[in-house]
Amino acid sequence: MRSERAPLWLKAAAAAGLLFLHVPILIIFAYAFTTEDKTYQWPPPGFTLQWFGVTWNRPDVWQALGLSVRVAAISTLIALVLGTLAAAAMARARFFGREVISLLVILPIALPGIITGISLRSAFNLGGIAFSTWTIVLGHATFCIVVVYNNAVARFRRTSASLVEASMDLGANGFQTFRHVTLPNIATALLAGGMLAFALSFDEVIVTTFTAGQQQTLPIWMLEELVRPRQRPVTNVVAMVVVLVTFLPILGAYYLTRGTDTVAGQGK
Amino acid sequence: MSTPGLSAETEASRASRRGGEGLGARLSDLLWRRPALLLALLLGPPLLWLGVVYLGSLFALLAQSFFSIDEFTGQIRREFTLKTYGELLTPANLDIIRRTVQTAALVTVTAAVIAFPIAYYAARYARGRWKAVFYLGVMLPLWSSYLVKVYSWKLILAKEGILNWAFGKLGLTWALEAYLSLPGVGGNSLSTSPTGTFLVFVYVWLPFMILPIQASLERVPASMLEASGDLGARPAQTFRHVILPLAFPGVIAGSIFTFSLTLGDYIIPQIIGTSARFIGQAVYQHQGTAGNIPLAAAFAVVPIAIMGLYLWWAKRRGAFDAL
Repeated sequence: MRSERAPLWLKAAAAAGLLFLHVPILIIFAYAFTTEDKTYQWPPPGFTLQWFGVTWNRPDVWQALGLSVRVAAISTLIALVLGTLAAAAMARARFFGREVISLLVILPIALPGIITGISLRSAFNLGGIAFSTWTIVLGHATFCIVVVYNNAVARFRRTSASLVEASMDLGANGFQTFRHVTLPNIATALLAGGMLAFALSFDEVIVTTFTAGQQQTLPIWMLEELVRPRQRPVTNVVAMVVVLVTFLPILGAYYLTRGTDTVAGQGK
Repeated sequence: MSTPGLSAETEASRASRRGGEGLGARLSDLLWRRPALLLALLLGPPLLWLGVVYLGSLFALLAQSFFSIDEFTGQIRREFTLKTYGELLTPANLDIIRRTVQTAALVTVTAAVIAFPIAYYAARYARGRWKAVFYLGVMLPLWSSYLVKVYSWKLILAKEGILNWAFGKLGLTWALEAYLSLPGVGGNSLSTSPTGTFLVFVYVWLPFMILPIQASLERVPASMLEASGDLGARPAQTFRHVILPLAFPGVIAGSIFTFSLTLGDYIIPQIIGTSARFIGQAVYQHQGTAGNIPLAAAFAVVPIAIMGLYLWWAKRRGAFDAL
């Protein structure tokens, strides 16, 4: 007896679960257009586009956005280099201490963010390091490495070692082989990993609150609005834009790694 | 290989293919002959970064937790003492730890119950286009902004928000009010009750539970379920004796995320919930306004210890194969 159709209750439970995941995000979109600016009244008394204009003219939002993009770009770049190096080493070679190293790479994301945050804060405190863009980058790059690493190591495993040997047999040296054989093979995995790392850094708030001092990244700007709401309509618009902007790299990473056995983004 | 002629020939061919490139090619040859050197060059930079920045900081944290704060000057005294850990064990602080662990456990169980049908449907029945819908349907909420997700619940749970409105439309406001008057779970409104905190935790960490369960269910061969049916098991028995044991490592893997993330979060209980604190909030407040980094560090060691025990237990149950 082989039933390929799901029981009704299972369909209902799965659909309800997916709705539970998506409805709250959709509600934000409705709030971005509301005419109400003092409370969170539902249903919205009316709809307007004026808050998009108001948000556009807010220098503090632009400043926070600028810092977030700068931090995410630098952290992604560092993570791309370090993550790829680690993946290249771990994918092929077997050596003593290999397990320890893979644990070390995963640790920054396995332990709660607050641990990474307070650790860095203690280290800055002991070392007398002042807060700057670079203290934020130190934290972000550390947990972005694992995202690039995961994507790259999966691709390295799928790429046949004989390709590299063939390239060497045909007279290419190690650097030429890397440039013309290895890199084209892992390029989409790196792009996917880089996009996810960017999204992760762009959104990070827990570690950042410990490493930013007085600086405001976009998530920190949002956090202050959440704790002490002063500009509800502007916050609604920013929230909606952030959702739309982070969807792009996720969809991009999905299409870049589709069809491979490991798809980017599994396990943030 | 050891014939002189042959080795001379490879030497010659190597020289010829090297051509005019010089340094790059010689370096490349050196790395090919000495794989250990190549490995060291590859591993060096990432290990240096993680070792110095991450392990170094973790060590700084551990060191700080053995310092103490001087009551009179408010300065940190950099001498070894267990005094800070003594402070950690006061009833008020133990209460914070108990509340956090209890919530984390409850969130984990609830997330597993909600996640299982989604993961099961996605792994076993969804095909083609629906597979992609389920995949992105979990991935997009997973990756969308954490703060935006928390913010959306602030909107939903607000007194004038959609949930109260829906209860009103259904004529169930009395039921909500009766629930909110219960001690322990209720409060002034949903957004200031422990129930609110719990709901938001479940919502935010749910995708982290779905993915590993789905991964472990994907590996259960359909033939095994058919065999169970052929041998006379009812669907409920197959579920209890075949599917659940095979999916359990996935549940544990997911629970590592939900448990660890709840233990370390300080933003959700700060924005939605009562004034009763969680471990994360205690860490944040002690390092910030109070300036008591040693006590904050000691507090941060608690989730590390709990997670260490939990990971050790999970490893014995084979959960890491499902990650």
